[in-house]
Amino acid sequence: MLDHPVASPTPSAGTAGTEPQTFTGNRGLAIEEMLIFEIGRDDTTGVDLPEPPRVVSRLGKLERAAPIGLPGLSEPEAVRHYVRLSQKNYGIDTGIFPLGSCTMKHNPRLNERMARLPGFGDIHPLQPLSTVAGAVALIAELSRWLSELTGMPAIAMTPKAGAHGELTGLMAIKAALGARGERRSVVLVPEPAHGTNPATAALLGYRVEALPARADGSVDVEEVRKRLSPDVAALMLTNPNTCGLFERDVVAIAEAVHAAGAYFYADGANFNAIVGKVRPGDLGVDAMHINLHKTFSTPHGGGGPGAGPVALSASLAPFMPVPYVMGSDAVGLPSHYREHPGPGSQSLGRICAFHGQMGMFVRALAYMLSHGVDGMRQASEDAVLNANYIRASLSDLMSPAFGERPCMHEALFDDSWLEGTGITTLDFAKAMTDEGFHPMTVYFPLVVHGAMLIEPTESESKQSLDQFIASLRGLAKAAKSGDVARFKDAPHLAPRRRLDETKAAREPRLRWTPSGPHRQAAE
Amino acid sequence: MRYLPLTDTDRKAMLRRIGVTDIDTLFADIPRDKRLNGRLNGRLALPKAQGEMEVERALSRLAARNVPAGSVPFFVGAGAYKHHVPATVDHLMQRSEFLTSYTPYQPEIAQGTLQYLYEFQTQVAALTAMEVANASMYDGSTACAEAVSMAMRITRRRRAVLAGNLHPHYRETVETLCRLSGHEIVALPPAPRGTEDLAAYIDSNVACVVVQTPDFYGHLRDITALAEKAHAAGALLIAVFTEAVSLGLVEPPGAMGADIVAGEGQSIGNALSFGGPYVGLLATRHKHVRQMPGRLCGETVDQDGRRGFVLTLSAREQHIRREKATSNICTNSGLCALAFTIHMTLLGEAGLKRLARINHANAVQLADSLGEVPRVEVLNQAFFNEFTIRVPGDAAEIIEKLAAKGVLGGVPVSRLEPDRPELGDLIVVASTEVNTDDDRAAYVCALREVV
Repeated sequence: MLDHPVASPTPSAGTAGTEPQTFTGNRGLAIEEMLIFEIGRDDTTGVDLPEPPRVVSRLGKLERAAPIGLPGLSEPEAVRHYVRLSQKNYGIDTGIFPLGSCTMKHNPRLNERMARLPGFGDIHPLQPLSTVAGAVALIAELSRWLSELTGMPAIAMTPKAGAHGELTGLMAIKAALGARGERRSVVLVPEPAHGTNPATAALLGYRVEALPARADGSVDVEEVRKRLSPDVAALMLTNPNTCGLFERDVVAIAEAVHAAGAYFYADGANFNAIVGKVRPGDLGVDAMHINLHKTFSTPHGGGGPGAGPVALSASLAPFMPVPYVMGSDAVGLPSHYREHPGPGSQSLGRICAFHGQMGMFVRALAYMLSHGVDGMRQASEDAVLNANYIRASLSDLMSPAFGERPCMHEALFDDSWLEGTGITTLDFAKAMTDEGFHPMTVYFPLVVHGAMLIEPTESESKQSLDQFIASLRGLAKAAKSGDVARFKDAPHLAPRRRLDETKAAREPRLRWTPSGPHRQAAE
Repeated sequence: MRYLPLTDTDRKAMLRRIGVTDIDTLFADIPRDKRLNGRLNGRLALPKAQGEMEVERALSRLAARNVPAGSVPFFVGAGAYKHHVPATVDHLMQRSEFLTSYTPYQPEIAQGTLQYLYEFQTQVAALTAMEVANASMYDGSTACAEAVSMAMRITRRRRAVLAGNLHPHYRETVETLCRLSGHEIVALPPAPRGTEDLAAYIDSNVACVVVQTPDFYGHLRDITALAEKAHAAGALLIAVFTEAVSLGLVEPPGAMGADIVAGEGQSIGNALSFGGPYVGLLATRHKHVRQMPGRLCGETVDQDGRRGFVLTLSAREQHIRREKATSNICTNSGLCALAFTIHMTLLGEAGLKRLARINHANAVQLADSLGEVPRVEVLNQAFFNEFTIRVPGDAAEIIEKLAAKGVLGGVPVSRLEPDRPELGDLIVVASTEVNTDDDRAAYVCALREVV
């Protein structure tokens, strides 16, 4: 059953090598597109603007002299250019996007419409607060939802993305330690953590000490106790962890951290597994960022913008960055909005201009209102169910990293099942693109050899999962049967064959230049 | 629930395949006494799922409590600007394949994102007259903080000097990071008339001087001499701007000796959106590229020799270098960069220059008219589309009175500098291409009535 997709596959007509060469380089609907610098013209514009009023210039001799080098396109040309570019991309709307740790779920279009209401999209961050009461109320309302779902009393809303949220959380911890008159210099980070965790700690001058993980990526509470000292400021822990497992000892870990006078930071990247099931605040977490662009469906947009509000415990709440909504019961009146640390305030200050990612706040709240608390719990359950369904359906052919143990919202495989085939995890991923799928996360977490981390999210139907599973099973059998060429040369059918990343790094060409591409010195 | 495809029949069949009897078995690792067991036990009950109509109604009610910029004569700037964004921009950036894609880790199926990032980097480098730009930062303020960190790494020095006319939110963003990361900041006091002697603060301990032009009060500054002075002391000059349209008309930082440029790109292609999401621009010289934060897109070839694009020089980044990375940034502002690059492509050099000229002319006309209002003084000599006025009395009160008359007349400096009563009578005023003669007349008329 597993091996037969719902709709039987049409056999591939052939590979790139057997197709006729075209004069354009295009292949049917796959159209090659040059850079705007190659097709645009200096005197072309796609915007009709009136003649500027005649005035005496007040530029103080600072008028730009040299040409800028920005060719333009008329509107029809611009539309065609970007539509063609878009067609070279894979998105969630194309199909399953099972990137582990990235939570690529459906992006509801209602959210886009709501963010574009003039009352949200066309308001200025510094117009009088009396003219943006609805915006302040929306921030307060989203903050209330996040507070409720995390079980934590305060939400710092302004961080611009997950890593910015981590930075804000660690800043709050550093400020809190400072207020106690303590200077601690170490942050403990488990080896399987996201790279942003150690990078963030280092940015604030902390020495990062890596905590070895158990075989299943989980943190050993005894190891934590051994490493804790009066010099440890915080432990950063991802839960569910990057191996897709819930940290069973999380409560004991939190207690140990607190007993040593340190703070417990949780990376909330994997919050989608547990919304409505358990609250981080109830587990002893002091600070946790929430990726609105993961758990709460705001679009990833090819790498942002994100939004990374940070939930804070009562012990860290006084150190909230400005601006914030004052008081837990505030209904969001502008008079409850604090833009500056007042006298006696312990706020850590400002971490970015203005009020945070308002456009993302609107989308996230639309998601929450649509799901309701019941729907969000169901979403988490479905996300976990889907991941386990994939794990169970592939475990006889591929090697699940932790045997038959259930996972949370992502299923992790290692590459031991590929041993002796001459095929790597990367080859397998590239072959998946020929099958019409975006690959899973590969080679992360680092603690598992040749890792393949699959996060289907709750957005996939059973039919979609069955098709995905059947395709992976087909590929797995092909790999084991010695069909090496299918993998080594993959992708055959994507807009590009495998790209030379070594060349890109050795001879960096980071912008188009009129004289044609040439090597640009980078020491 | 309309976003969840699984049916109860599906769920049962899937649980059977997995070999468990109920969903809670899959959550068995969560300590039993901490589980919510089907209900949130918090202070507040959260509502249940709602249909699209109900959600739209609830959010529209909130939106209706705000006054959109496009509905009134609007002159608010100070770091974010109301510009006309062509309909094409919003349509194209909502293409599914752009909107719902991820950071392009699999370049063979992300050439759309990668090519527009390459175009974006090239446009930003051209606009700022710098050699290389990255694929975007969160916004101008965080780009500014990253630029300061970058300068500290390059010079191995620990002190930054901030011009008094740097946007106060940018100054505070840099201050917060430096205070908590153990770096030293010398922030000069605001100089609303545009005169300050930054050069006096530069010595061999200084990593960088951060100066904004057009600055927070709207003054245009020639930073050439300052750059020379910084370089002579082994320091770097960081040039900041918040109004990207100005670069269509004004001498770019790269031509005045800047080593790093950090700017806000919102003005091109992006909505006001109450302050975010925006797009941070960061550009520098080739020799500093390996100290840059953030993603960089580069050109290469595929197995068949065809041109293609990939993320490159990632040995700088957190997912490879962890605690030794140049920054912790991961997600940036991809989609806002796309909006920027589409709008810039539509404008082209000819359109951008004309747009900038209209902005400048509108601001000059407004400054002249406001300067004629009794007891109102315009502080600027050289400016682009923004300037500062001194009003008789409390600026914040005057702005509220103007708002009551349906004119959003600018930003009282006290909103951002509450601890400096000497700035309490200043308003930063911006005028862009969206302002009409009627808008200007309404402003002048309303201001005459309230002062």
